[in-house]
This record gives sequence, structure tokens and C-alpha cells, in this order.
Amino acid sequence: MNATADLHTLTGAYAAHALDDAERTAFEGHLAHCPSCAQEVAEFAATLARLGTAEAVPPPPRLKARVMAALPTARQDTPRVTPASGPRPGGRLTRRWQGFALATCLAVAVGTGAVAVQQHRETARARTEAAEARRQQTTLTTLLTAPDARLATGPVSGGGTGTTVWSPALGRAGFWASGLPALPGDRVYQLWFDDAGTMRPAGLLPSDSAMVLAGPVNAASGVGITEEPAGGSPHPTGSPLLVLPLT
Amino acid sequence: MVSTVVRLPDPGRPGPDLQELIGRIAIGDQDAFSRLYDAVAGPVLGLVRRVLRDPAQSEEVAQEVLLEVWRTAPRYRPENGNVMPWVMTIAHHRAVDRVRAAQAAADRDRRAAAATHTTAFDEVAEQVEGRLEREQVRRCLKTLTELQRESVTLAYYRGYTYPQVAEVLGAPLGTVKTRMRDALIRMRDCLGVGT
Repeated sequence: MNATADLHTLTGAYAAHALDDAERTAFEGHLAHCPSCAQEVAEFAATLARLGTAEAVPPPPRLKARVMAALPTARQDTPRVTPASGPRPGGRLTRRWQGFALATCLAVAVGTGAVAVQQHRETARARTEAAEARRQQTTLTTLLTAPDARLATGPVSGGGTGTTVWSPALGRAGFWASGLPALPGDRVYQLWFDDAGTMRPAGLLPSDSAMVLAGPVNAASGVGITEEPAGGSPHPTGSPLLVLPLT
Repeated sequence: MVSTVVRLPDPGRPGPDLQELIGRIAIGDQDAFSRLYDAVAGPVLGLVRRVLRDPAQSEEVAQEVLLEVWRTAPRYRPENGNVMPWVMTIAHHRAVDRVRAAQAAADRDRRAAAATHTTAFDEVAEQVEGRLEREQVRRCLKTLTELQRESVTLAYYRGYTYPQVAEVLGAPLGTVKTRMRDALIRMRDCLGVGT
């Protein structure tokens, strides 16, 4: 029995929420690498939604009254990342010309980075990588055009300049650099959030490129960059080359 | 007889309206949510009630579902599907979670059989406009083999896991798994979803 083929047949049971926790977890792992399965699951979800809407009943007015009354105290989630098509239509992410110009430059920087990355990955992962690069680029654009976007720039010791952009409303931050010295193959630049003196890993920077920092800003007071062994470190082993305050 | 009329959104074409509403809800627009509510509350409550059967509990779960829609609207991603399937997926999750938490399908069925209002609600449902949609779904369900139909309806309308479905139908696990998928492929094509 081919385990992958077996997993593929679970699309129906998955869409109908008929898997137990263990199988659901296994299937979701498979789903991440199987675009045709994801497509099928989406179609099945839409199909089942039709079975659901066919059961519609008139809701009692008290239900709406209760739901509407609860809205002001129901805290909304922060956006995960923005849709690939750019700022949401109807949203209030108005473009300011300065942000727009920066975003355009970044789009080029990130695009180049994505190509470089892809050349080093097996083709099976290329699709995921490209999607991630697009998401990163979109999020950076969103960050730069957010009404409350803030920027901080400083020189990197050893050469080059680093800039961070963050939006308190979105709770996310981005970083890009120019003119950083190239590192030997076994070294990388790593980004950190400064949580009151404790450094939280925020991802690896492709040289001279741009990225969205991994994880939410939360209460971080700064963004730092260090040089680390390939693959990054759980804690900084090098001294900070630049620390930008998030204030 | 209750003669309330619910206007069902056309589920075949959830339309740009709902997506635009979600975009506005994502930034805290309560008026937009009120309009989305009018479009989805009937289907949400109907599905939850079909799964849970108990009307009071269903209303409670429907309320949770609608508030989850409000809460998670900023995370809605159009590329992952239309608004209606997204909302109905949340509704099904919540309803099924409740069923599994309560567990013991037998207890639930016994309670439901004893509940006098079940028939009354079916009558109400019959009065709801959108009968075309209901009839189309029924017509498509009829094109399935019995095992396919039972597999998909026991899972979707009752919240059974597929091993539970296999147990109830006395069919092998692997068979139920593939029948469930076959059934959904046929339903998808019959309803013209995703083409």
C-alpha cells in the first residue's frame, strides 16, 4: 500500500471533518505538499457548504440581537498576512506616495531574493518558496503603506545600512538592508526581536534583500541583526551589528 | 405554520458582495457585519441544527459561529475559497465539536427522537424560500449509490467520524473512506461547484 496514495483518498473525509485528530494532523502534513489535494479539499468544502445552505432556517430575531450586542466586546484577530492581490479592497490601507515608492523598490529586492533562493532548492519546494516570497513581499508592501507605519534606519557595523518598518496596528515588522558585506557560505545574517533584553529569533536574512520578520512584534522594544552559523541560532552568538529601536 | 421567508444567497455564486463585506468587517465595520449576518445566519443555524438537533443548543452554537466569523474576518483569505464555504466550514466545525464533546451518538439520537419540536422545525424549513437549492441538493444526493449517500450524510449532517460511519453501515473502513470521496466528487459535479 502506498501511504501517499492512501492519504490522498482522505480528502473527502477531511473536508467533512470526519477524521480523528491523529489522521487530521497526518493529512494536513500531506496537504501542505499536495496542491491537487488542497484544490480538491476546497472544492469539497464548497460542495458541502451547499448541503449546509440547503438546510437554512429562519433565525429568530433574538439571535441577531445577541450576536450584535456581543460585537463590541469580541476582540478581532490581527491579520495573518495580506492576500496576494495586495491591500484588501475596501480596507483603509491607503497608499502614501513615499510608502509606495519604497514598496516598489522592495518588490524588486524581494523578487531577486526569491529567485536566488529558488536556485538552491529542489523543484518540489520551489512552489512553496515562491508563494512565501510573494506573501512576504505583499506583507512588506502592506506594512509600508499602513497608516501607522514607522521606519527606523541605521548603519550596520561592518558596512551597509539596515532599515526596519513596523505597524503597531498590524503587529508585524519588516527589515531590509543594503550594502551588507557578503558572508562565507557557512554564515548567515539573523534577525532578532529584543524582548526587554531577551533576543527572540525573527528569521534569516537573504544577503542584501528584504524580509518580513517571523512572528509578531508583541512588546519588542527593538530589532537587531547578528551574524550566525548557517541555519541560524536559538540565541545570538555574535555581537549585534545593528539594533534599531521600535519606538 | 410559520411563514417567515429567508432569502438565501445564491450559493453557486457567493458573489463579490460577501467578500467586500468581509473586507469591511475585518476593520471592525459592524454595519457590514449586520448585512453579512442577514446572508449567512439562516444557513448557519440550519446546518448547526441539522447536526445538533437540539434547538436551544443550536442557537447557542450558531451564536458562537457568527461571533467567530466576526473575530476571524481579518484572517479570511479569498484565495482559499469563497465566503459562504468559509462560514459554513466554521459552522460545521463548531457543530461537530459540540457533538463529539457530548459524544454518545445513541444518547443524542434518543433525545432527538423524544424531542417533539423536530417535526415542527422540518415544517418551518419547508416554508423557507430557497427550495430550489434544497431540491437541487436532494436531486444530486439521489444520484449517489446508497453507500455513498449514507457515508457523506452521516458524516456531514450527523458529525460521525468515518470509522463511526463504517461501524454504523457495517462497511470496511477503506471502503467508507473512498465512498466518501467518490460521493463528494459526484456531488461537486452535479452541483457544478468549482468549475
